Amino acid sequence: MSDIKHHLTDQLLMAYSAGTLPEAFDLIVAAHLSMCDACRAAAESFDATGGALIDDLASADLSDDSFAATMRLIEDAPMLTAPKPRKKGVLPAPVQDFVGGDLESVKWRSIGMGVKQAIIPTEKDATARLLYIPAGCAVPDHGHRGTELTLVLQGAFQDETDHFGPGDIEVADEDLFHTPVADIGEDCICLAATDAPLRFRSLLPRLAQPFLRI
Amino acid sequence: MEHLDISENGLPAHAKRRVMGADMRPQSPKGSRVPDAKIQSTQDWADHILRIRTKDQAAFKELFAHFAPRVKGFLIKSGADEALAEECTQEVMATIWRKAEMFDPSRAAVSTWIYTIARNRKIDMLRKRRRPEPEDLPWGPEAEPDAEDTFSMQQETQRLGEAIRALPEKQRQLVEKAYFGDLSHSEIAEETGLPLGTIKSRIRLALDRLRHQMK
Repeated sequence: MSDIKHHLTDQLLMAYSAGTLPEAFDLIVAAHLSMCDACRAAAESFDATGGALIDDLASADLSDDSFAATMRLIEDAPMLTAPKPRKKGVLPAPVQDFVGGDLESVKWRSIGMGVKQAIIPTEKDATARLLYIPAGCAVPDHGHRGTELTLVLQGAFQDETDHFGPGDIEVADEDLFHTPVADIGEDCICLAATDAPLRFRSLLPRLAQPFLRI
Repeated sequence: MEHLDISENGLPAHAKRRVMGADMRPQSPKGSRVPDAKIQSTQDWADHILRIRTKDQAAFKELFAHFAPRVKGFLIKSGADEALAEECTQEVMATIWRKAEMFDPSRAAVSTWIYTIARNRKIDMLRKRRRPEPEDLPWGPEAEPDAEDTFSMQQETQRLGEAIRALPEKQRQLVEKAYFGDLSHSEIAEETGLPLGTIKSRIRLALDRLRHQMK
C-alpha cells in the first residue's frame, strides 16, 4: 500500500499512542495503521516515547506480595502466542473485530440516493460508521461538527480538496464542507469517524437528514 | 550482515550477539549487574525478555523490580486508585511473562512494549471492549529477527530516551502531560520537539522486513 498519499496527523498518532482518543477514533486509526506502514512506524515511535517516559516515571510502592501474586497469576494461565493472521478482506482486521466478520456481516441501511451506511457500535463519545457509495454517486454536501476522519477501504472518492484512494484517510475539521463523489470504476467503501455532538445521535436512526447534518 | 560498524556505538561485539534468540548463553555475569535498574540499558532488558521465554524467574524478578512500580505509577497517574492500580499492575506484569514469545526486539524496545501493554490495560479499565489494535504482523521462530536490526532498534530507543531526557524542562513536561495528563493534544504534537526521525525509519525497516517475509 505504498500509494497512500493522505496520512494521519502527528496529533492523532500521538493521542492514539497516549490512549486518549474516543473508541471510534481508536478504531479508524487502527484500521489505517493496518494499511499504512509509514503511519504505523510513526505510531510505534510515539509508543517508544511513551516507553521512555514510563521508564523515567516515579515509582509507586507495590503491595508486599505483589511479585508472588503475579507469579500466581502466571501459574494459572497459559503462554500466549500471536493470533493467526486473518483472511484478507475489504475490512481491515480491527474493523472485522467490531463488525464480526468481513463485508458479508455488515448490516447496511439506505440513507438515500444509493448511499448506504452501517453504524459500528462504539462508546458514545464519538461515532464510527461504514459508508457504501455506489460508483459515480455522491454523498450529499455536508459539513461537520467537530472532526471527521474518513478512511477509504475500497474504491476511491473525490471531493473539493483532493482524490482519496484505498488506505487514504481524510482529516476534515468543522470548516470543511464537501461533496465526496465515488470514482466511476468501483463502488466506494469508507470507514468514517466523527466526534460530532451527542445531540445528533438520537436522530441517527432517521434516514437521510441527520446524516446530512453530520 | 557482518559489516555492522559498531565501534561508533562504543559497545563491544558481544553486546550485539547477546540479543540473538538462538545464541542465548547465560553469559551475563549476574553478580556484577548493578541492581539499580536505571543503569540497565535497553539491550539488557531485551535480553531479559529472551530469558523469560525460557521461564527464567530470576530474569523476570529483575524486570519486575524495575517496571512494576513504574507501571503502577503510570496507572495511578491515569486515575486508578491504589487497589485497582495494584491489581492491574500484576495483570500487566503477568501479561509480559505470557507474551514473552511475541516480543520482537527488532521492532521495539522492552520499555516501549511494556508501555503499550500497560496503556491498553488502562484503556480496558475504562471501556467494555478491548482497544482496537492494528492488524498483527506475524513473526515466529521461523522468522527470527535479525541481530543487527535488533541491536540498532535497541540503540535507537536508548538514544530517543536520552534525547527526551535532554529536552528543555518545559518541553519535556508538555510531552509528559500529553501522555499522562489530561492536556488536550492540539498544540502538543507540533511543539514537543520529539526527535523521532531515526527511530521512525528504523521501525519502517523492520516493518518492510516483516511484510517481505509474509509474501
